Amino acid sequence: MILTALATGACLASSRSSVAEEDLLGSNERPQKADVLVFAEGDRAGEVIKPQDLKAGGPPVRAWPKDPKTSVVRKGSRLNEVLVVKLDPAELDEETRSRAAGGVVAYSVICVHTGCPITAWVKAASGDKDVFKCVCHNSEFDPRQSGQVVFGPAPRRLPALPLVAEDGPLTVAAAFVGKVGAQQGR
Amino acid sequence: MALKQWLLSGLLASTCLVSIAAAGPIENYSPVTAERLKNPEPGNWMHYRRTYDGQGYSPLDQINTSNVKSLTPVWTFSTGVVEGHEAPPIINNGVMFVATPMGQVIALNAKTGDEYWRYKRQLPEDLFQLHPTNRGVGLWEDKLYLATTDDHLVALDAKTGKVVWDTKVQDYKKGQYLTLMPLVVDGKVIVGGSGGEFGVRGYIVAYDANTGKELWRTFTIPGEGEPGNETWKGDDWKTGGAPAWMTGTYDVDTRTIYWGTGNAAPWPGETHPGDNLYSTSVLALDPDSGKMKSYFQYHQNDSWDWDEVDAPMLIDLQRDGRSIKSLIHPGRNAIFWVLERKPEGIKYVAGWPFVYTDVWKGIEPSGKPIVDPVHKPGIGKRVEFCPSLWGGKDWPSAAYSQKTGLVYVPANENFCGGFTGEKVPLVAGQLWLGTKPEDIGLTPRPGATHFGELQAWDPATGKKAWSHNFPKSHLFGSVTATAGDLILVGGTNDRMFRAFHAKTGELLWEQKTNSGIMGMPIAYEVDGTQYIAVQSGWGVDAQRIQDALVGKVPGLENNVPQGGVVWVFAVKK
Repeated sequence: MILTALATGACLASSRSSVAEEDLLGSNERPQKADVLVFAEGDRAGEVIKPQDLKAGGPPVRAWPKDPKTSVVRKGSRLNEVLVVKLDPAELDEETRSRAAGGVVAYSVICVHTGCPITAWVKAASGDKDVFKCVCHNSEFDPRQSGQVVFGPAPRRLPALPLVAEDGPLTVAAAFVGKVGAQQGR
Repeated sequence: MALKQWLLSGLLASTCLVSIAAAGPIENYSPVTAERLKNPEPGNWMHYRRTYDGQGYSPLDQINTSNVKSLTPVWTFSTGVVEGHEAPPIINNGVMFVATPMGQVIALNAKTGDEYWRYKRQLPEDLFQLHPTNRGVGLWEDKLYLATTDDHLVALDAKTGKVVWDTKVQDYKKGQYLTLMPLVVDGKVIVGGSGGEFGVRGYIVAYDANTGKELWRTFTIPGEGEPGNETWKGDDWKTGGAPAWMTGTYDVDTRTIYWGTGNAAPWPGETHPGDNLYSTSVLALDPDSGKMKSYFQYHQNDSWDWDEVDAPMLIDLQRDGRSIKSLIHPGRNAIFWVLERKPEGIKYVAGWPFVYTDVWKGIEPSGKPIVDPVHKPGIGKRVEFCPSLWGGKDWPSAAYSQKTGLVYVPANENFCGGFTGEKVPLVAGQLWLGTKPEDIGLTPRPGATHFGELQAWDPATGKKAWSHNFPKSHLFGSVTATAGDLILVGGTNDRMFRAFHAKTGELLWEQKTNSGIMGMPIAYEVDGTQYIAVQSGWGVDAQRIQDALVGKVPGLENNVPQGGVVWVFAVKK
């Protein structure tokens, strides 16, 4: 048992050590409070996103967090990419509204099932609302209800990234709510 | 290296890649030799399909058509893992090795179900697992070999589960991954890569079983200056797919391995004009050098996502009055292929559709199928075709009974599909299909009375001997035949495991399991008792197809719980 504890500690130490090296750039670090969001793809890739850049009702855009002080875009890890979508605030549940900038909400793009990116914005398997869908294994998540699973094999909700926007760009208000990334086996 | 640092490294190696000894180590392990692999004892299952020829046939007959009705579970073992459990339990003289999704191997007492050890790979947290599965472990001497979804090949000590060596095959961040059971030939561990959906260049690679050193690597798409490269335009060959994600078969007499290859990438053929050698083909390779001896391409310029990776079975046939050393492959492209292993190479003998297809107008004498362009997907237009992109038979393997002379096919009938092709730039590590994934369709044919269909074909005559239809489910599981005249298969969404009469197709026995069965059934023997084993654990494409059918098939069962369990059965005495 002592060996196990030592080894576990060593694993964590090793993990921290490797992260520390990557910290030199900051691109691997998870989104930080005060980061802004930039478009991840398309003609405006790299530009800072403002609420008015988003179409109400979707579709979502893919975004990276960016450190406004160093201008480092945190795209060193795919676990940092987020989906941003503007919805009617009245549709959001209380928890989701508390993390939204107006009606704009952000979630991890990485499906919590097996780590595929969520790429689709489609009518839910049941109901008539558009939801996030991971087409790898058909998991669906409702961004109005804290990323709750509404279809498919995903075991837990999609991690949310709290936002604020005060007459300016979308800004990260706090770290991801929940573990980003896929489930593991036993 | 300082002592303290050395100790720390040792601890890391033994725990970050966890090996847990529960009831081990295994005593009196039977080393696996070249001779044992060539002539496996009847009670063992040491290859993907039990024997190098890929027939999926067990010579055991203690459990047979007269007593199978008394087949009863004798032990079960929960793997603790969800998703698709597709591996056959591997048996070596009373020891069972079970591979699961998420890179785990569990060593069990095959008689009692007691755990000896468990290896649990620590997969990277940013891994993109499109196909989270594993199809089994290869054996050599006192080691076993696991190919992982983070694209490593790992050698474990079979007695303890400890890592002997760990070799990075390619880079998972570029969409390279491994899901197959390694093929072991004379001390070489041979694997092929997945990743056609990510625009990789397919390959087959061999490693030294003792050291993990790479011995040869043969790309399934020829490079510049190599024969066949002219079948690709420009630089298409660099990203053209042709993955090799299923275990090959091996002709011991001629020392030739046969390996299937997948579709060209991305899906619409317009994006990669040409015949696209050696995609959707079977390759004949020298196991010592990897040099290609011959090939046969099942269809050219694939546009339907029809991987032909399930390696052909090697069967001695009497056909048209002569003996044929055949290659038999019920294809994803809906054609049942009979090929011949001739000294000068692979030759076409016969082919016929085993499920409905509107893509092919016929087959030329050379074996080249004639395409109907109306049903060939292209850029900017919606094209429908039958069968669906999952094909007439996907990767789940057919079986051959040496007693009946029949080939048993887990087929899917009455499924069509379609998509709209589009040109999209390749981004390393991201899906590159040539269509929007959400645009992929799966449509039952109007008036369809069934979907899954277990078929029995006589490869010598081309006649269907019998079939069993499943009205409410697809069939997505490998088939096994036994000398007890039993055909064993799961693969349906009612969670059933079934035994059929090999000669008549009569359903003789069925047992509902915890989940759906994608795994390959096996037969083995310990201390004079025959057992049947299979993993139940639904997921991956079986789940995808089911989800795509929701609302389209009245009465479809769409509540198949996930979670893997090893089931072992014997006849109640």
